[in-house]
Amino acid sequence: MGVKINVTVNGKAYSHDVEPRTLLVHYLRDTLLLTGTHVGCDTSSCGACTIHVDGIAAKSCTMLAVQADDCEITTIEGMAKGSDMHPLQEGFKECHGLQCGFCTPGMIMSSADLLSKNPNPTEDEIRHALEGNFCRCTGYHNIVRAVQYAAEKMAVEV
Amino acid sequence: MIPASFEYKRARSVKAAIELLADGNAKVLSGGHSLVPALKLRLNQPEMLVDIARIASLKGIKVSGKELVIGSTTTHQEIASSDIVKEHLSILAEGAGAIGDVQVRNKGTLGGSLAHADPSADWPALVLVSNAKVVLEGSGGERTLNAADFFTGFFSTALASDEIITEIRFPIPAKGTKSTYQKFVQPASRFALVGCAAMREPSGETRVAFSGVADAAFRDTGIENAISGKTLTAENINHAVSDTAKGQDIMSDHYASEEYRVHLAKVFAKRALMALA
Repeated sequence: MGVKINVTVNGKAYSHDVEPRTLLVHYLRDTLLLTGTHVGCDTSSCGACTIHVDGIAAKSCTMLAVQADDCEITTIEGMAKGSDMHPLQEGFKECHGLQCGFCTPGMIMSSADLLSKNPNPTEDEIRHALEGNFCRCTGYHNIVRAVQYAAEKMAVEV
Repeated sequence: MIPASFEYKRARSVKAAIELLADGNAKVLSGGHSLVPALKLRLNQPEMLVDIARIASLKGIKVSGKELVIGSTTTHQEIASSDIVKEHLSILAEGAGAIGDVQVRNKGTLGGSLAHADPSADWPALVLVSNAKVVLEGSGGERTLNAADFFTGFFSTALASDEIITEIRFPIPAKGTKSTYQKFVQPASRFALVGCAAMREPSGETRVAFSGVADAAFRDTGIENAISGKTLTAENINHAVSDTAKGQDIMSDHYASEEYRVHLAKVFAKRALMALA
């Protein structure tokens, strides 16, 4: 019944037999124990489960694990370099871009996708890029500031 | 939510996919952004999924003669960001960019959306307004359908159970053709509560198609006949949209009543025609 998949997650190679109906988010959370990726709405609306599949943002609650076979995945756990936070993580901390924190991993993964394509986004572009991520605490303003903070910091680093 | 069990097969070619589909209760998986939600809700419980996402011949955007040809597994994002699409048929890039959100556009595919035929999806109005042809391949060979003949009703298409959509062929409109896609977004799902696609050729021939309004996307021939060849003045537009969606089976749900949908359809038809003026 199981189907063998090979995936690279945060730079580490894994190989597992999975049931075809296993959702990618459950594979990440329950098999690889990477619980930073959250299940929010479970209907591909809220974006809490956002990860990168081959470098682009995707909702892992709406992908089957078998669809990720041979793919490179990055989750929130893969963003920091050792104890150095990713500029987006730092931005969310410095700008108070979170309150309960549930949406934050997805927000950061979507923002990272945006900054990889558009390193210097306008406020409008940031808000547009985060349409697929819901936050029920902050009212989004500080999230936008966090992304702007990261964009500025990443521009200096380059 | 966990789907019911199914067998998973990845097809390496169109031929292999069709052979697998001939086996019975199977569904085609591409980006999965219509199918996986349906599986999770157990609205659909196929015995097998045939994954066509990695068949190279089904992906890509090219110009062939007087047509823009888009492979069925091309994602919304690939279409929205394509320079070829922007140059030859910009309404497709505009419409694809209005679908869902970034993550959904990154995974969802043109062919998947058409096969699912959600009456509130954006693609049906876009393929109808652009007079596209849908190319299908099955055990009986290849056939090409006009978009208008492809959609047969509520979540229904002419696609047989052993057929897959291989490509969509869009006629490249005459130079000077104007187009627009005006969408009223359902704010949670980001589907079209009303989506109005409109195109006007230099000859004055005007086409208008709607998603979200009726049980299936449709061309509004009432508006088209009333405005084609006429100047796009406020008076002519108001007259043309007065019977918007006439004769259609209008949807009504907890987001929008029948009356409100028809009202919105008129407003968005008007905005679309004004944008073409």
